[in-house]
Amino acid sequence: MNRFEYVRAGSVGEAIEALAGAPDARALAGGTNLVDLMKYDVAKPSRVVDINRLPLKDFAETSSGGLRIGALVTNSEVAWDPRVVKRYPLLSSAILAGASPQLRNAATTGGNLLQRTRCYYFYDPSTSCNKRSPGSGCAAIGGINRIHAILGMSDDCIAVHPSDMCVALAALDATVHVEGPNGPRVIPFAEFHRLPAHEPQRDNTMQPGELIIAVELPPSDFGSNHTYLKVRDRLSYAFALVSVAAALRMESGVIAEARLALGGVAHRPWRDRTAEEMLRNQKPDESQFSRCADEVLRDAKGQGGNDFKIELARRTIVRALRQAAAGTPQVQSDKTIS
Amino acid sequence: MSNPAETSGVPITLTINGSRQELTVDPWVTLLDLLREHLLLTGTKKGCDQGQCGACTVLVDGKRINSCLVLAVARDGAEISTIEGLADGEHLHPVQAAFIERDAFQCGYCTPGQICSAVGLLGEGHARTRAEIREQMSGNLCRCGAYTNIADAIEDVMHQQSVAREAAE
Repeated sequence: MNRFEYVRAGSVGEAIEALAGAPDARALAGGTNLVDLMKYDVAKPSRVVDINRLPLKDFAETSSGGLRIGALVTNSEVAWDPRVVKRYPLLSSAILAGASPQLRNAATTGGNLLQRTRCYYFYDPSTSCNKRSPGSGCAAIGGINRIHAILGMSDDCIAVHPSDMCVALAALDATVHVEGPNGPRVIPFAEFHRLPAHEPQRDNTMQPGELIIAVELPPSDFGSNHTYLKVRDRLSYAFALVSVAAALRMESGVIAEARLALGGVAHRPWRDRTAEEMLRNQKPDESQFSRCADEVLRDAKGQGGNDFKIELARRTIVRALRQAAAGTPQVQSDKTIS
Repeated sequence: MSNPAETSGVPITLTINGSRQELTVDPWVTLLDLLREHLLLTGTKKGCDQGQCGACTVLVDGKRINSCLVLAVARDGAEISTIEGLADGEHLHPVQAAFIERDAFQCGYCTPGQICSAVGLLGEGHARTRAEIREQMSGNLCRCGAYTNIADAIEDVMHQQSVAREAAE
């Protein structure tokens, strides 16, 4: 691990100033991703700004009937919070599908949004990677790429975003509250993470010196018609090959509104509003689900090693929609899929 | 590469297994390295050092975490419990006793992490079934494959606790 300047921020203003003052400064919260990246020399910040003492642990009702989750609330605290379990079970389930209890106890809400890809080339400084070293090339294209993207990739990067929590937040239309040198702003979740294009070093649309303050959830009324279905190489504690967050608002046996977000397939949680719209006012049946899955995957492209993901994603979408329509969400400790 | 603003020697206070300690640590020292290399509490193991194996699991303010992925300076003021602090004198912690009773290890390298993780799991109170125990112990790998007996040991302690709770009611 490189040596660095350690700054323990006493206020949000101090943290922003310290982050803005050094271009390669990094905020330290739970540390579960940053410390790991520093051990691999993938992250080598000259300054580490410890934000653990900031008052960002609020977890409160909003005036619109939603919930506001402070950036330092841990993944465990969110997943097991009775309000989340009751009103946002999709979010609780997605969090519990990810990482391990130890990691979730340390990892924070803000940190989860900012975690970086687990592309093996990104993690290996001896290889070329445009995300780690812009302009050096992408060893995953034409390399070992079974975990890589099938949607939204570019000629410069085929990495995927690793989060489960973010897939649920995308489906739930969360917003991200950030604050920086130019003041506070609110970023819709769909605009927070970005596609790689020609700047894969930029995972998201935050500006230098900005800090995540909170994530806000709007009111939600999907009842039991939701699921988070995650397919991975082992039964637990592995990143998604493909995951699907599905939520349906059912009215008199008809789908009044559909939300569908995919993880493990793109540089950001993947939502497709055209495919969601196809389900509106339809009866929940297999042929509709299949058409919807085909629509989501219309532009999917394999890289050789990950070609299987296209069919896997198609089947996972159909299974997830079936679970959501039936009101039988996947239980994360149950290793069979209905 | 040297950094002109490099920080060293940050004073922190940790309560480790009940004993309050004033320490000075460099900010890049993980809690795991502080415990093992500086305080010679080598019961906590370094397996992968990447948060993938769980051998370094300790309890921080009662919650299980991977000590390899936390910088010690960031936990200034915390209470840490390691495997060395679980027994009450000569009396083993119930989870330790259950691991022996159930032969829940072979080589033993993952065992301190498994036991601390199990203590954390029991404190969280979210596991009720064996499937939930398995899922909630998934952050601790055992290359010898003692999982069946580890789950047995934890089930035993959960059962003891529920019997004790019922007796108290």
